[in-house]
This record gives sequence, structure tokens and C-alpha cells, in this order.
Amino acid sequence: MQPTSHAFVENARDALANPKLHRALLNMKAGFQGKRAKAVAGLPEFEQLRERAKAVKDHTLAHLDTYLERFEAKATASGAQVHWARTGEEACDIIHGICQRRGAQTVTKGKSMVAEEIGLNAYLEARGLNPVETDLGEYIIQLRHELPSHIIAPAIHLNKEEVADAFYDAHKDLPPDRPLSEPRELLEEARGVLRRIFLASEVGITGANFMIAETGTTVIVTNEGNGDLTQVLPKVHVAVASIDKVIPTLEDATLILRLLARSATGQEQSTYTTFSTGPRRHDDPDGPEEFHIVIVDNGRSALLGTEAQETLRCIRCGACINHCPIYAAVGGHSYGWVVPGPIGAALDPGLIGLAEAHHLPNASSFCGRCESVCPMKIPLPSIMRHWRNAGFEAGLGAPSFRYGIRGWAWAARRPWLYRVGARLGRWSLRLLARGKGRLTAAPLANGWTKWRDLPAPQAGGTFHDQWRARQRGAGGPGGAGAGA
Amino acid sequence: MNRARRDILDGIRRGLRGGRAPDPEMLAAVDERLARHPRDLIPARVDLPPDRLVTLFMEKAEAMAATVGRVADVSGIPGDIAAYLAGHNLPPEIKIAPDPALTGLPWESRPTLTVKSGAAQDGDVVGVAMALAGIAETGTLMLHSGRHGPTTLNFLPDNHIVVLRRSAIVGPYEDAWDRVRAAGALPRTVNLITGPSRTGDIEQTIQLGAHGPRRLHIVLVDGD
Repeated sequence: MQPTSHAFVENARDALANPKLHRALLNMKAGFQGKRAKAVAGLPEFEQLRERAKAVKDHTLAHLDTYLERFEAKATASGAQVHWARTGEEACDIIHGICQRRGAQTVTKGKSMVAEEIGLNAYLEARGLNPVETDLGEYIIQLRHELPSHIIAPAIHLNKEEVADAFYDAHKDLPPDRPLSEPRELLEEARGVLRRIFLASEVGITGANFMIAETGTTVIVTNEGNGDLTQVLPKVHVAVASIDKVIPTLEDATLILRLLARSATGQEQSTYTTFSTGPRRHDDPDGPEEFHIVIVDNGRSALLGTEAQETLRCIRCGACINHCPIYAAVGGHSYGWVVPGPIGAALDPGLIGLAEAHHLPNASSFCGRCESVCPMKIPLPSIMRHWRNAGFEAGLGAPSFRYGIRGWAWAARRPWLYRVGARLGRWSLRLLARGKGRLTAAPLANGWTKWRDLPAPQAGGTFHDQWRARQRGAGGPGGAGAGA
Repeated sequence: MNRARRDILDGIRRGLRGGRAPDPEMLAAVDERLARHPRDLIPARVDLPPDRLVTLFMEKAEAMAATVGRVADVSGIPGDIAAYLAGHNLPPEIKIAPDPALTGLPWESRPTLTVKSGAAQDGDVVGVAMALAGIAETGTLMLHSGRHGPTTLNFLPDNHIVVLRRSAIVGPYEDAWDRVRAAGALPRTVNLITGPSRTGDIEQTIQLGAHGPRRLHIVLVDGD
């Protein structure tokens, strides 16, 4: 799919002017943050588990080639067919080939971020197939021809009236005067429509939350049960997974699963966690006759050994997104690509290129909440900072922005000038505030003051002045004032 | 295709170690870990005597909207299921897993109940399956596919009934994995199931009965 991340600024401006989106995002923030906090409080070992999970994933990434080879060997031995795809196009082509060989028309899909990334639906549709998303949120956005706006809640930006409109438009064979005003009615209608499609499907495509090297197993985690109906009913199951999904053992999967649902939805465990190893056995009463696993790189191997390597620990829980003040203001579509929010800002420049995505790492206040809630302890602000530097080095960004940064850097490297400037700035801002403690307008700052007041500097001097005073009194915290 | 494989693995090696293949010590470390599959930190909440684990399992399962019926021994299973059907106004028809532990039950004690066994079909309203384990840590059932275990039973019917022996209740997931490993190679499907299907995709309203079962009922059997 074509990203629109280069238009982040315009996208964000439109989003900020959309009151419906704001209501939806406010609702989301209240829900996800509270539920996660409760789940974390209920597991005293949570912090330790984060450390352990980080260590497991770092170990796996350090041996990624070997773990992928071991995974492939075990999967093949269990009867699965393993395919490798360097790019999204190659992955789409492999999956299309499987569908074609089986003469498949209707293809069901479980929720998969990598399938979104490689644009699988569009690829299959262009070749005459009918891929149908079965996760309720994904189904809704597929009907609306939209991207997911959140990695675990794809339709979070919509209200129920918009969902009803999409259903009235799509389900023409149902009575046009049927009531669709309640979430229950919407769910029942989707359940009924999709049930027929599940039963007719010839190939089921899912993602994979993990590939387990020990056993050659792929794992999906869902709440709706759609992923399981997708993979158990058709004759062919295709699991598509990126290279970073491999982990060593069932115990390692268990460790990470203790973090995943708690971080995502605040559940202790998702409703369905399903481990698939090979196709159906000769005496199994049901299950797919063929099991294909498509391992996709699509730019990830190039992140190894770089500052962005740690993004490959991501388990796509969405906690960073749920706690990001920027995402909560502009929503997922502003980011212009499949993975939004802080993890998108850290990952997307590496996958779709800095020229396309350079705005995203700048869309952060560096408040650090993303890193503090990330179950895999990915240093998201540091990685964004890395991309900011790289973007500046590459000459990306508006000229005014670049001159501003350059000017700031020039002054910041001259301490005497910086101090004089800071004093001058403080003095003039206090003068402008006229003792009110805040400014409603300020030169060069109307981008800020247009929306909110700017606090006026308080008594006690500049930050440098205050720091020095504190160092003198009582020895200061740590007494590390050398060179001040 | 093999070229894609080689290119991806080469790319990984370039990023990790300047293009070098892993040395023998690295391979040994990986294979040792895979063979030993060490346990990591296990939450202390499961450090309980067996009877307390049963209580924990029931609490956690019920917190996730499952219902639990408790019977003294296997002969009580048909009665509990019949009561469940009556309580929900369901027709007296069930599809059970072709598992001797279920097909051998005294169903004849419920002459009005129609009992079929096999994989689930469209239209089956109630599916009955056997759990391999119950994981007290989160109130989670572990089921697996096989000659006696059709996976469709766990997802197609609106009502999912799972029979769980008290002796199959373990504390952490790791104990349940040991049971799977003891049974040999991994089956095609291992399902971990915690409550009935649900979604929050419309305005964050949690609704039960998304695409999978609308209800999950566990029949806990105290004696064997």
C-alpha cells in the first residue's frame, strides 16, 4: 500500500478539526489506560517480567538467523510448507499462488498487521479474488476502504452510526428498514454475514503473534474467535509472519503472553490463544489439509545492527499508542501508514524510508510514557531522536524548521550567548505577561498561543541560575554540578 | 524462493555480525536453549496447594464470564449439561467430541437428550469437548486437536461446554505445557481458551459472543 506519512502535518490538521474523532479518541484513552493499569497492578511480577521478556527477545534477535532456520526445520518436519519473502510483493505473490493453485475464490482473513503492511487484500482483489476480513474492526474498515487506525482496535476512530451506515451500504440483501442503532445489533449482523463466509471460504489467512522455533508452531491471539474459524474451516491455512516474530520456546511464548493482553486490553489473557503445528493429522476429524507459513522480511533485516533494532522486540500490543498524547490528539490515520503512534514513529522510517516518514518521529513531545508502558522496554523516544537526527542530516523537513534547529544548535554550543539569550527571553516574557503569570500572545509563539496560554517564567531566574543556586545550597542533589 | 531465503538470512547476518555465519558456540547456545526450554519467572499467585488452585481456577474463569458447574464424578456430567440446556432454553441436542471419556458417559440416563459425536457442523448449537488442562493462573482451559478432539467444536456452536477433571487443574501455563509434551509431538492445534468470545471493536463496548461461542460452560469433575 502507498503510505501518506509525508502528509502528516496536513493529516493531523484535519484530524484536529474533527470533533467526532476526538470523542472516539477520548473514549479510547479512558478505556485502555485504566484497564491496563488495573491488570498491571494485579500482577506484582509485571516489572520483572518486562525485563525477562526483553532479555529473551534480545537473545533471539542476536541469533535471529539460527532461530529462523530452526523454526523452518521444525515446521517442515511437522508437515507445514515454509516460504520466504524478501518484500511485500513477493509475499503477496506467494499467497496468491497458493490461492490460485487451489482455485480459491473466497478467502477469509484473520487480523494481521503484516498483511496490512504488504497490501495483501488489494493484491488479491486486483487478481479477481474476494478476501474478507473477519475481525469485526477490520471488517468494518474493509467495507469503508480505510486503513486500520489502531493496531489492536482498527475501527477505534468510528462511532456506531458510521458502522451502521457501512453495514446498510454493504449488506443490500437485508431489509433496509432493519434497526442498527445498538452495538449488539451491529455485532449480530456482522456475525450472521461472516458466518456464511467462514463456511464458504477456501483459504484462510492469519497472521502470527509468534513463531516458536522449538516446535515449528505459529500462534495467534484473538478475542473474537474469528482467527480460529478462519484457520480451522478451509482446506488451506496460510500464516503470514515477519521475521521478528520468531521466539525460542513454548516457555518463552508463555512469558511474553503474560505481558501481551495485560498491556493491550488489560485482560489477564486474551480469550483465544491458538498454537498451530503442521496441517491436520491423518486421523484428525477437522482442520486444514495444507498449512503454509510465509516468512516476510520487508525491510526488517536492514534494521539489525542499527539504532532502530530494538523496534524488532515489538509485540504489537498497542500500549504505547494508548498512552500517547499525540496519538490521542490526531488519531491513527494521520500517521499515514499501517503502524501509528510511538511505535510507528520509531519503526516506520526504517520500513518505508525516512523521506516518506520523517515527520513521524517529530510528532512527539518526548514525554516518555510510551517507553514506560512498553512491555518489551523499547526505548521509543531514543529511537525517535535517532530518526530526527538522521532526518536533519538528510536535509529533510521544512526550511523554517531546519533554520530554527540550526540556529538553536548554534546558540546552544555557545554557553555565554545561550545564557544571555535565556535571560533576555525570560525578562521580555515576564514583561509581556505583565504580572499575570501567563501569556495569551507572544512573538514567534503564536503557533502555541493560538491554542493555549504560554506560562510566563516564574521568579527565581533562568534554569541555569536556579540550578546554580540549588547546587550552592545544601550541596545539591548528588552534588554533580561540575562545570556549571 | 531459495534465493529469497538466502538473501534474508544473509541480510540478517550482515546486520548482526558483518555477514559472518554463527560460530559453533552460538549454534550450541541456541540448540541447548531449545532442548532445555527453561522456565522463566512464574507468578507467585499459583504457589498454592491443589484445592486452592481449584478455587483460583474457578474465580478466574468466572471473572472472564465463564460459568462453572461442579459434579462429584463423571456420572454427574449428563445431568449438569441437561440442567445447563434447560437453564438457557436450548433444544436437547448436543454434539460431543468423539472422545471415549465423553462417548462412554451414561447419556442413556437422559433419554430426551440427543447426543451426536464428531466435528461441529453449521447449525450445531451446543458443542461438548474435553480439556487437557485447566490453568488456574488465569482461569484458562487448554484443549487440543486429535482423533478425539475436533477443533471446530470449540468455535462453531453458540454454546461451548468443556469437561475438566479436577486432577487436570494446574497452576501455571508451564505445567500445562509439560502435559502436552508428555503426550508426544505437538498436535495440529492447541487452544488456550479463557471465557466466551468477545469484542470491543464498536465504540469500545465489550460484547460477548463475537464470532465464536456466545457462552462457555465448564463442567468440573471432582472424582475420576
